[in-house]
Amino acid sequence: MEVPRHWRLKQQRYALVGEVCPHCDSKIFPPRDVCPYCGEEAKTQYTMSGKGKVYSYTIMRDAPAGYEENIPYTVAVVALEEGPMVTAQLTDLGDKPVEIGMPVEMVTRRIRQDGDKHGMLVYGYKFRPAVRA
Amino acid sequence: MTTETTNDPSKLLLKTDRKIGIIGYGAYVPRYRIPGEDISMVWTGHKTGSPVKEKSVAGIDEDVITMSIEAARNAIARAGIDPCELRAVWVGSESHPYAVKPSGTVVAEAIGASASIQSGDWEFACKAGTEAMVAAIALTGSGMGRYAMAIGMDTAQGKPADALEYTAASGGAAFIIGPAEEAVVEIEASYSFVSDTPDFWRRAEMKYPEHGQRFTGEPAYFKHIEGAARIMLDGMKRSPSDYTYGVFHQPNPKFPQRVAATLGFTPEQIKDGLLSPDIGNTYAGSAMIGLTAILDIAKPGDRILMVSYGSGAGSDAFSLVVTDKIAARRELATSTAEYIARRTQIDYGTYLRYRGNISME
Repeated sequence: MEVPRHWRLKQQRYALVGEVCPHCDSKIFPPRDVCPYCGEEAKTQYTMSGKGKVYSYTIMRDAPAGYEENIPYTVAVVALEEGPMVTAQLTDLGDKPVEIGMPVEMVTRRIRQDGDKHGMLVYGYKFRPAVRA
Repeated sequence: MTTETTNDPSKLLLKTDRKIGIIGYGAYVPRYRIPGEDISMVWTGHKTGSPVKEKSVAGIDEDVITMSIEAARNAIARAGIDPCELRAVWVGSESHPYAVKPSGTVVAEAIGASASIQSGDWEFACKAGTEAMVAAIALTGSGMGRYAMAIGMDTAQGKPADALEYTAASGGAAFIIGPAEEAVVEIEASYSFVSDTPDFWRRAEMKYPEHGQRFTGEPAYFKHIEGAARIMLDGMKRSPSDYTYGVFHQPNPKFPQRVAATLGFTPEQIKDGLLSPDIGNTYAGSAMIGLTAILDIAKPGDRILMVSYGSGAGSDAFSLVVTDKIAARRELATSTAEYIARRTQIDYGTYLRYRGNISME
């Protein structure tokens, strides 16, 4: 059971809440309180727009424990409009093949259940092809 | 239970001290569709016709919480408010993912609402969302809070081979209620009409609902929708021709068409809000998402009568007037028609998998 971890990370996972550096204005995700670009303290909350492009991707046919329900699924590195790179599942692909550079948008989805059917439901960000590209 | 407490229907209408309205609205329809004839093929070899062309199906990673989050984000985008200004985030559904743990708190955190809110879940079969709307109207109309969000959303359960499997669909809508001066739609009045009617239920811990033989039509759907609509029309001293649009709970295409005709609404008045032929019955979302489709095209001054229906049983009627703020706001989020057009057809096996109907144990 990883209830405390899910609870601790919920804000960034539900809504891509990261940080903005007050010194160099870089947008930071996931939040880490120190700017990776200028090394200064950065604790100001900043919610990413959720818009981005597929930077790279792969298809998972043999899922790690807890993710078997969704196989096969696509995992992508998404370059957010604000700069940070995020690794996440793609969803709602429909008949469209995934392409590098494809515009995507963040949606909050059910990622998995913690343990078995008695466990809490874990929600978090995935990306889908932009509805209004 | 007596059905009337006064001879003057205008005294039965629920009206607020402060003028209020819908300041933002948002729809959500998942992208997957299963044609009714595919369900018919599996269970009757095509011998039974489907009441709908197709129905919307939630994806494998979707539920009432995730779908509510998307509709709520659309409503926030159109309202143009800071989510921290909301004083309630209410989700009405008969498919809450947890038996105990509110859907509303997850939705509220995901959209960036503050901790200073009401957030209990609502359940009244297919009118849980409009019941939450009435509460949001009361909360804002009394001045307790400036903005309140009411969501009606479902991933409806249809037992395989049951008549309801053709229509039990996924989708819904979110509305933010607030001051009339900021509204895209002013809410003139609401009225609710309920009775203990055993037409449809799902016992605790049961996966699928049951329906009560012949109770579905006359003593349930028609009695309550007509009861609520007639008090609203009489109380407002209006006739159906005073309304540009009518939108009713739509468990199938036939029931809302028939109740509209009985009340005196023309097919023209209800066609834009009648979504069940294309997406099925979205239960707690059904009348509400029909209203979003109307708001996507309505003009300032248009009057709308919305009447929901929830089994068990009851109806909420709302008399609405579109304001001149509608044109600028509707473009700020994905339209209901865009969601319906975004479709991927799935087969019956995939449908069973997405709905969690394949046992792996």
